[in-house]
Amino acid sequence: MLPLKDIRNGLMVAGWFVFLTFPLMVIKVNPVEKTIVWRWPNMLYVAAGSFIAYLYVKLAQKNKKAAILVACWTAYLALPLIRYFMYQDISILIWDTTTSIYAAVGAFHMILTLCLFHKHHILRKILSGIWLLFIGTPVVMLLAQAAGKILLPKIPAALHFLTPFIITIEHIQFWNWIRILWVALACYLLYSSLQTYLASKRNIMPDHLTNEPKIRWSQYLYKRPVYLPLLTFCSTFFLLFPHLFSTYQVNIMISALMYVVLGLGLNIVVGVAGLLDLGYVAFYAVGAYSYALLNMHFDLGFWVVLPIGGILGAFFGILLGIPVLRLRGDYLAIVTLGFGEIIRLVLENWNDFSQGPSGISNIDRPPLPGVDLSLEGSIVYMYYLTIVMVIFTIFVVNRLQDSRIGRAWFALREDEIACQAMGIDKMKTKLTAFALGATWAGMVGVLFAAKTTFVNPASFTFLESAIILCIVVLGGMGSIVGVIISALVLILMPEYLRAFSDYRMLVFGAVLVIMMVFKPRGLISSVRRTYTINDETL
Amino acid sequence: MEPLLNVQKLTMDFGGIRAIDRLDVQVHAGQIVALIGPNGAGKTTFFNCITGIYKPTAGHILLQPPGKKQKRLNGLKPNKVTEQGLARTFQNIRLFPNMTVLENVMIGMHCRTNAKIFGAIFRNPQTRKEEQYIVDHSYSILKKVRLQTFANEYAKNLPYGAQRRLEIARALATDPFMLLLDEPAAGMNPQETLELDNLITQIRDEGLAILLIEHDMKLVMSISDYIFVVDYGKKIAEGTPEEIAQNPAVIKAYLGEDVEHA
Repeated sequence: MLPLKDIRNGLMVAGWFVFLTFPLMVIKVNPVEKTIVWRWPNMLYVAAGSFIAYLYVKLAQKNKKAAILVACWTAYLALPLIRYFMYQDISILIWDTTTSIYAAVGAFHMILTLCLFHKHHILRKILSGIWLLFIGTPVVMLLAQAAGKILLPKIPAALHFLTPFIITIEHIQFWNWIRILWVALACYLLYSSLQTYLASKRNIMPDHLTNEPKIRWSQYLYKRPVYLPLLTFCSTFFLLFPHLFSTYQVNIMISALMYVVLGLGLNIVVGVAGLLDLGYVAFYAVGAYSYALLNMHFDLGFWVVLPIGGILGAFFGILLGIPVLRLRGDYLAIVTLGFGEIIRLVLENWNDFSQGPSGISNIDRPPLPGVDLSLEGSIVYMYYLTIVMVIFTIFVVNRLQDSRIGRAWFALREDEIACQAMGIDKMKTKLTAFALGATWAGMVGVLFAAKTTFVNPASFTFLESAIILCIVVLGGMGSIVGVIISALVLILMPEYLRAFSDYRMLVFGAVLVIMMVFKPRGLISSVRRTYTINDETL
Repeated sequence: MEPLLNVQKLTMDFGGIRAIDRLDVQVHAGQIVALIGPNGAGKTTFFNCITGIYKPTAGHILLQPPGKKQKRLNGLKPNKVTEQGLARTFQNIRLFPNMTVLENVMIGMHCRTNAKIFGAIFRNPQTRKEEQYIVDHSYSILKKVRLQTFANEYAKNLPYGAQRRLEIARALATDPFMLLLDEPAAGMNPQETLELDNLITQIRDEGLAILLIEHDMKLVMSISDYIFVVDYGKKIAEGTPEEIAQNPAVIKAYLGEDVEHA
């Protein structure tokens, strides 16, 4: 199956990875007891992991469908194993009568579909519909069960007769939908594998695979049948988030959402206008400190300072913009980097103004008029504020990009000289990009100060700028959806990788490198808007 | 009649090198004027001086927009020059490669429209009307250069000849009264050159003056009303195509000195 060359290369890749990760993964020095522990099994894991990953990538390059199937099977088989090793839970693997019936139906249906799939167009559609039902039923039932468990206590007792999820002690109806879902998935996976195998045997692809023009996967996102349900699902998820998860999770999500706004703001400067800004965190600091100081000295409230923070951010954006107008690329990056550090150093050393490294504490949380919020309540309130902020940002940034000014920014990124020759004022366009980008950082800064109730210069180091820049670059320059996804991934991933605390930065770095190798244009590259013109009217 | 563009004693020095030496050029309304000369004669530098990319060392660039006051262009920023009604194309194509063809033309209309940030965010009726006007007008310009089928294609994916035509369309979108074309036929095959010939004449007939740098002598001789010949930054001849074809100084500059006379 696999050529010898690939296996040889795979071995070399594995060796290289073992070499690279050796000091981290294998050697463990204990400075207290002055001993060195050699963790040889780790080396084996790294070797095997990188070897298999390499072979998998090779397979994916040759045969996408087979690669997807392999991934599905791996996930399918690995999940029960993980459950077993982590929780000693084997409930998925137990068979009972319902499961057996389900399996039999699945197998029968599979054979039927396989026999007919290349013949009858309409029949095939019906059969795929039944597949959907087959897998959809357990999914829906699982979701309903979960929703019932959460919602049931919140529904008044008088309305209980409306809900089908009442678990009374007398007639308990226990359906193990997870187990059935597992069987359904197995049937479906088996069916897909067999179909692919048969198709390759007959050397004909099923016609729904051949006739369609090749579409990048990211473009599927914008297609209506995918886009609308996905949007509904995401908005419901984010709206219900504080009720489904713990305060700790909500807190993490708030900071991730703040980075979404920061990413979208920097996206205007870097992604759209093409001005590499490494000091973006400075505007964030300006916003945070403006709330902290105005609140401390003048007792101004959150809602008053929010626009002030934005305006101050924009002001500093212009302040930075004016001297760097003539600079491009690397030179611009260096100057903005310096600017970011200047702001931080001023805040750190000008004790009378900013209380230096010890920072400012006891900043007011955003008040909800007429309600005295508990700590938990104010976190939830904060969460919704951030959500509103995110939606507002998406709305404005989207409209800006798709306007006369947005087009001028894009043109500036593409070719500065041609842009000027077409009558665009370079100075003005650059300054608006800097100012509008910085506005968001200023507003998120205010939000940040209100969330943590404490600011000090340590929150605004160059590392923050770098992370925000990472978000924009990984997400795909100029692409709003891409930036949102990458902000969530980049901020949430290190949080959830805390379980692997020793290696989480290693994984983080590896993900960045892999992304840059395989998708250098970002997760979702931006797609230009197309216009439909009614030719008759012209 | 006062010429639309009157360049007097234009001089441009790069350090010790004099790229343009006291050059006088006039373009009258409704004319196609060609600027020819060997490679390195300073033709593109001349364009860059007029359009504000370079600041000339000495001399005057006087523009007479129809129905307006005369304006001196020396030292004006490129975008201000374009606003005066002088549009240009580039010798090495400078489109916005990752924008669509239609958007490239829409960019050209930037200086003739004025939606601001608040208009962009709130999309008031005025802004929407303007946006619609931009799209429609850009599309009609695309039709003029016969690129309407490519409207939603990325500019970088266009064939070479179409990219050149798109540059002209983009320049036309700035609503100029005079068009500066820098080697529009470079790299085109005879068929494409013929189409370009028709396009330029058509634009002239719509009332625009055209100043043209070109190496394709067949094209220059067939469409120009008047020709200036430049060598080493100096004007060596001017006249109608017939006069230029017989001018000994021009023949010398292009073919070198005759051996017998040397």
